[in-house]
Amino acid sequence: MNTEYTGHQLLQPGRPGYVFLLLALLAITVFGGYCAYHMEHTGHVITGMNNQIVWGLPHVFAISLIVTASGALNGATMASVFGVSLYKPYTRLSVVLAMVLLAGGLAVLVLDLGRPDRLVIALTTYNFRSIFSWNIYLYSGFMVVCLIYLWMMFERRFNRFTTAAGILAFAWRIVLTTGTGCIFGFLVGRSALDSAILAPLFIALSFVTGTAALALVMAVVAYLQNAALPGTVVEALGKLLLWSVIALVYFSIAHHLTNLYVAQHHADEKLILGKALGWLFWPGHIGVGIALPLLLLILRRKLSSADNRQLSPHHLLLASLSALLGGVVLVYLIVIGSQTAAQQLFPGKTVTASSFGDAGIAPYSATHWEWGLGFGGVGLSLLLLFLVLRILPVTPQPVHQAP
Amino acid sequence: MTTPQATDTSRLARRRFLQKLGLLSAATVSSGYTLIEVSAKAQAADDSQPTAQAVTAKKRWGLLIDTSKCSSGCDACVRGCNAEHGIDSSGDDTTRAQWIRKVDLEDNLTGKESSVPVMCQHCDSAPCVDVCPTGASFKRADGIVLVNKHTCIGCRYCMMACPYKARSFIHEVLTDQKPSAPRGKGTVESCTLCVHRIDRGETEANLQPACAVACTDEAHSAILFGDLNDPQSPIRTKIDEIGATQVRADLALNTGVRYHGL
Repeated sequence: MNTEYTGHQLLQPGRPGYVFLLLALLAITVFGGYCAYHMEHTGHVITGMNNQIVWGLPHVFAISLIVTASGALNGATMASVFGVSLYKPYTRLSVVLAMVLLAGGLAVLVLDLGRPDRLVIALTTYNFRSIFSWNIYLYSGFMVVCLIYLWMMFERRFNRFTTAAGILAFAWRIVLTTGTGCIFGFLVGRSALDSAILAPLFIALSFVTGTAALALVMAVVAYLQNAALPGTVVEALGKLLLWSVIALVYFSIAHHLTNLYVAQHHADEKLILGKALGWLFWPGHIGVGIALPLLLLILRRKLSSADNRQLSPHHLLLASLSALLGGVVLVYLIVIGSQTAAQQLFPGKTVTASSFGDAGIAPYSATHWEWGLGFGGVGLSLLLLFLVLRILPVTPQPVHQAP
Repeated sequence: MTTPQATDTSRLARRRFLQKLGLLSAATVSSGYTLIEVSAKAQAADDSQPTAQAVTAKKRWGLLIDTSKCSSGCDACVRGCNAEHGIDSSGDDTTRAQWIRKVDLEDNLTGKESSVPVMCQHCDSAPCVDVCPTGASFKRADGIVLVNKHTCIGCRYCMMACPYKARSFIHEVLTDQKPSAPRGKGTVESCTLCVHRIDRGETEANLQPACAVACTDEAHSAILFGDLNDPQSPIRTKIDEIGATQVRADLALNTGVRYHGL
């Protein structure tokens, strides 16, 4: 089946799954809210986090969502900034997806605070030496820029400013992801994180997870409308994902090789690449996050049937799902992995006794409260998305279907 | 139209009203003075209240830890700190607050063993202060690094940034906190260098923090507190005499806690 799109419309679910999807997302979001309430009421003692693993699974979800939000703008950027017209029907969807993913990520981040009730302090009292403070501006500014971008697209009189708004949004998202990467890039006390390469690595990661999330959402929206993604769009998304994964491979290799060159980082690399976390690094980051998507995207011609040399939608979706999962694993390795090893306070000495985890590797096992909060953020993002799709004309309008 | 008699009566009434108002005002002001006086006396009597002396950069408070005097099995400083600040030492080591911990070390080359207390190092260029989004982590003019419990949002970025793992997040509800050590669930805390003792304005001899007092009581005297800026102070004299180094001196944070014999 071939589908072409012109213009936009409210989501017209052609399948009964839409209502069930909304109810499922609502249930996940409500449970996430309950987990946050219970954590706030009881304290973080009910989580797997402690004074060694300070940031746990909720941070992995939050950062993954924020990074993916930035990358979800890829579709809009391709159309508005680089003039790739086949992405044009998906521009609005791309911007709305970016906004809801950021909202979900920020919700998780805020609800994981020790005192989420003091959010107003974070919004009114700033320390401009802190990248966290800068990120508050970057995140709220991103929302504003996206709103302006949408406005330029919705209002026919302002359509001529769409390219300018698109360029602003593109520049903003690059700075935003740099800011997110910098949270981990300048922690002198944690050798695994003290690397400026983490900022560009986060940008590459955002391209991977953002493109993957956009492809998956585009496919679900098409499915709900009884339509399909055009072959040219599938092919284009496949290429975008492929080059994004290659960029991530480059930065990941550069990160680990430079670490291996510096003697004081050997222990961190041994931890990530060796027994302690290697079980997650090799199959998760390298296998699922890089090798499988590359395999599916590069070998697509061999995997496709002889009469159809294009990338099949199934291969694209599998590659996207795989790259997205691998991206989350990478965030887990950066956030949790960097905290599992004891900090080196006394180089040249071995800690023989301490009551505060100054030696060895700290175990971390997230509880269901953390999983609930994390998935609650994902649920909230998607719930908002599918509600907005029924309220605003964001969905591409299928006009021609042919067998 | 008002008569002259009526005008006099109203003037008299107004005068009486003003007189009463004046008396009432005087009574209010004098009672206010009295209240302030009583409050000041009560404040002076209450050890937990700070005096109104301004903190200046003329002093820089710090500690000198002589590891040659610190005993491996001794945790008197930890107990002293816990008692002073109402910290419960029972419970899970990974989640309970630890303002000071004892760390036993063995030199990789020589095998020499040592034992050191580790607490907030009160850095001059404190990473925790840099990263705190709300400015809740702050450094006083006299070098003491503290957490403002009213503006800490519990993001734990300071804990990620601290090279000394000196901060604790409060994972559970706390009860019966001491007035001199405000603590609460969902916020981060660390060694205050017993700032409440300093702010009481006592003489320098009595300013010794609880850990140093406990160490002296145990006859070790491994912890010496004092003004690092004053070349004549006992701590500076001792540093000049025996020498001292910083933990992770490579980070160039100019710590307020110095170690001898590391």
